[in-house]
Amino acid sequence: MPRVHCDGRDLTLSSDDNLLDALLGAGVQVASSCRAGACQQCLVKAVRGVPPASAQSGLKDAQRAQGYFLACQAKLTEDLTLSLSAARELDTPGSVVSLDALSSSVVRVLVRPGAAFEYRAGQYVTLIRSDGLARSYSLASRPDSDGGCLELHVRVFPQGRMSGWLASARALHAEVSLRGPLGECFYVPGQPAQPLLLVGTGTGLAPLWGILHDALAAGHTGPIELWHGARTAGGLYLVSELEALAARHRNFTYRRCLLEGPAGVGVELGNLDVAVLASATSFEGRRVFLCGDAQLVQQTKRKIFLKGAAMREIHADAFLASPA
Amino acid sequence: MSSIYEQIGGAAAVEKAVDIFYRKMLIDDRVASYFDDVDMDRQRAKQMAFLTMVLGGPSHYAGQDMRRAHAHLVKRGLGDLHVDVVIEHLGDTLKELGANEQQIAAVAAIANSVRNDVLGR
Repeated sequence: MPRVHCDGRDLTLSSDDNLLDALLGAGVQVASSCRAGACQQCLVKAVRGVPPASAQSGLKDAQRAQGYFLACQAKLTEDLTLSLSAARELDTPGSVVSLDALSSSVVRVLVRPGAAFEYRAGQYVTLIRSDGLARSYSLASRPDSDGGCLELHVRVFPQGRMSGWLASARALHAEVSLRGPLGECFYVPGQPAQPLLLVGTGTGLAPLWGILHDALAAGHTGPIELWHGARTAGGLYLVSELEALAARHRNFTYRRCLLEGPAGVGVELGNLDVAVLASATSFEGRRVFLCGDAQLVQQTKRKIFLKGAAMREIHADAFLASPA
Repeated sequence: MSSIYEQIGGAAAVEKAVDIFYRKMLIDDRVASYFDDVDMDRQRAKQMAFLTMVLGGPSHYAGQDMRRAHAHLVKRGLGDLHVDVVIEHLGDTLKELGANEQQIAAVAAIANSVRNDVLGR
């Protein structure tokens, strides 16, 4: 039985427990959110002992070397001494500088980092409020745009603790912490003539917006097709901006797909994955970005792969639901 | 003599082969259900390692890993038929990439050699 020493306490774990549950079960306070290794909120550091490599997936090499790992992904096999607070040293401070509604259910949040913050458009950050509440959001901005601010598109849920706060004026000027950037869903320059396919639901448009602007700024010449799906027309946003971009860039096409009508010019009805799959006989040679609803992303990934896209060309960011 | 891995073009060819092979597995009703709840990127990485191994490329194959990786599938009914399907699709994949009968037979023999590890016997 592995033993864990943290905050002056000794815990004995059964080998079936993941470390996060074991710590919480023992009454140790650990912040956590997604429990899937994505948000990195439960990042802890082994100050003595070697953490399981499988719990270090997605971390930077330097972080691995320093003994950081994700408690929710860790099944321990050997004794460790932990620091629960060390990960805060990795965070970047920031402040909320602007809030504006993009639609009735989506708020654009601009956060100004208080220190250098390197990222790629399309990656995501975990936004941590001063009371520890945390949620992950994709980055719609590019590092050299928006005056260095990070742009997040936040879907407002009726019971959402973070989104409800961000939708209110109370969040304006608030100090927050940023963990990340995380994720590998971003545009890499090179192969400027390759056709790009961007598919997203809801605020899955945020990373795609960033990726699209990155590609255009890099002078991408190949066709770029962006599909935005929502249940109803109210779920779409940045519509006129995207239409304007399509008018300005001949290689950019903007398409919408709604589950519930009415259809219109550039608007299809039905399931987004079905509409996208029907739009081409083969996806071989395309670079594909899929963002948003987890089930839709997984399904589309599989179908697009079966219809010819190479696995290494499919970049997916499945949004995970947070606990209420 | 160089390995088939080198003859068909090394890592770049294996990458192509993995996509072809994985597609064949996903659309084959005899085995597709085993891939239903699988992370596609992780699965692809494992198939990359498997193909590299059976093609005689640089691999760190260990029979014990193969046993552990498939133990839960054996509980779900994984058996000889499924290994046969793998070898069948592997052969068809290599054929598409221009391998000859002799090379395909050699690869099938290596794949067959891990059958008992995969099936936990």
